[in-house]
Amino acid sequence: MSADAVLYDHPGPKAKIRNAVLTAVFGVAALGLVYWIYRKFDEKGQWAAALWRPFTESSTWTDYILPGLWATLSAAAVAMVLSLIFGIVFSVGRLSDHWWLSVPSGVIVEFFRAVPLLLLMFFIFYGVPFITEAPMDPFWAVVIGLTLYNGSVLAEAFRAGIKSVPRGQSEAGYAIGMRKSQVMREILVPQAARAMLPVIVSQLVVLVKDTALGYIIGYSELLQDGVNTLAANFGNIVAAAIVAAIIYITVNASLTTFAGWLERRTRRQGKAPKVSGGPAPVAAVPAGGAGGA
Amino acid sequence: MDVFSDPTNIDVYVTGFLWILKLTAAGAVGALVIGVVLAAMRVSPVPVLRGFGTLWVNTFRNTPLTLIVFFCYFGLFSTLGLSLADDIDLNNYWLGVIGLAVYTAAFVCEAIRSGINTVPAGQAEAARAIGMSFFQTLTMVILPQAGRAVVAPLGSIFIALAKNATIVGTIGLAESSNAMKELINANGDAVIPIFLVFAGTFAIVLIPTGYAFGWLANRLAVKR
Repeated sequence: MSADAVLYDHPGPKAKIRNAVLTAVFGVAALGLVYWIYRKFDEKGQWAAALWRPFTESSTWTDYILPGLWATLSAAAVAMVLSLIFGIVFSVGRLSDHWWLSVPSGVIVEFFRAVPLLLLMFFIFYGVPFITEAPMDPFWAVVIGLTLYNGSVLAEAFRAGIKSVPRGQSEAGYAIGMRKSQVMREILVPQAARAMLPVIVSQLVVLVKDTALGYIIGYSELLQDGVNTLAANFGNIVAAAIVAAIIYITVNASLTTFAGWLERRTRRQGKAPKVSGGPAPVAAVPAGGAGGA
Repeated sequence: MDVFSDPTNIDVYVTGFLWILKLTAAGAVGALVIGVVLAAMRVSPVPVLRGFGTLWVNTFRNTPLTLIVFFCYFGLFSTLGLSLADDIDLNNYWLGVIGLAVYTAAFVCEAIRSGINTVPAGQAEAARAIGMSFFQTLTMVILPQAGRAVVAPLGSIFIALAKNATIVGTIGLAESSNAMKELINANGDAVIPIFLVFAGTFAIVLIPTGYAFGWLANRLAVKR
């Protein structure tokens, strides 16, 4: 079904009136909800100017929010590059013909996909120092945790992507005398990567959101600096959380829009292989949904 | 494995996973109910409802769950004074359930909406042709078919929910990740066995669950 509008007829005179009434009723209900929230905030004095004024001063932004946002984005960016490498290595490993490569790759990917990211970060941050007898930098604890988890998710996505390249492509490669590794490197991976580009960008949204877990192990990112520390100074935790949420939503919504644009662009040129196999292809499951925290 | 021969440590482990189980169960029910309602709103003929659904999805899908759970505790509870239970653990539990449910509902809504898109247009057209209303078309024709198409995506959403339940530890509930942290700090010589037991428990439960959902999805898929 292409358009949702198939679910109902074009409204006739009666339906128009009914829709107008429903619009009015639910509109009033929505306004009532907004007003109720407004009153609740008012009761607790959350509209006091003192709580919101810090956000109009540049020092609040330069001291708390922007350094936090920078830490969030840099952890996400480093983790993205590393998880792409991890994902490519392990997806190719899992597709290998040698069992001693494919079995361990499969076990590692399945394991890290099933373990909660927070558990992984706790182990890296609190557990690993006991083994190495050196303190763990929270930045690297966050990045390594994100890499292992998102790398495994990407590895599965890549595997689906590589499998979706039409068989004729690799057969043609073998026919002109290419080796297995050449076929993989020069024919399958480049085509799969193009089809997977939107999935990769959506995974970036998951990464940005998951950096917030760094707050729990004391990494000074947006939630730590821009909400916790800021609110400790100004006593405006609700206001700070709302501002931080708006920043996260803006960043992630632009990434989602970018992913959508990429997808339309890839589809328009019609060269990328279709990434689908059944009613629920890997790529169609909202990647952010499956793993997001 | 000396750590796990101590009954108090076993107790910490069991309590941790019981909290995860309870959070997942209540969160899944909440998310499913809210998600279906949101999906119905997003395909309804009333613009206000469509707008509300879209706003909800875009807000909660793009906000980190950590921030949502954080807000449930420091915002709803500490500042706005919403108390859900007298017992501190139970209060945190229900606050965590709210956070998990509103967050996961956004993903459930999107999964169901994409499931609705897999139902051929002819189904809805036939329903309209025999005079069914929007509500009848949705509940008697579209959703039953869409529901069978979204078993696999819903499965991955619920598996993610079970993993995300660890985040409620942020607000002090002694769930499994906090339990692991506690055991690691008390037993620095057995860090790897502790991690393998905790992570292994998740892996042993969640990996087969994933395959079970895949099998179920295949069985229930509408053959067209």
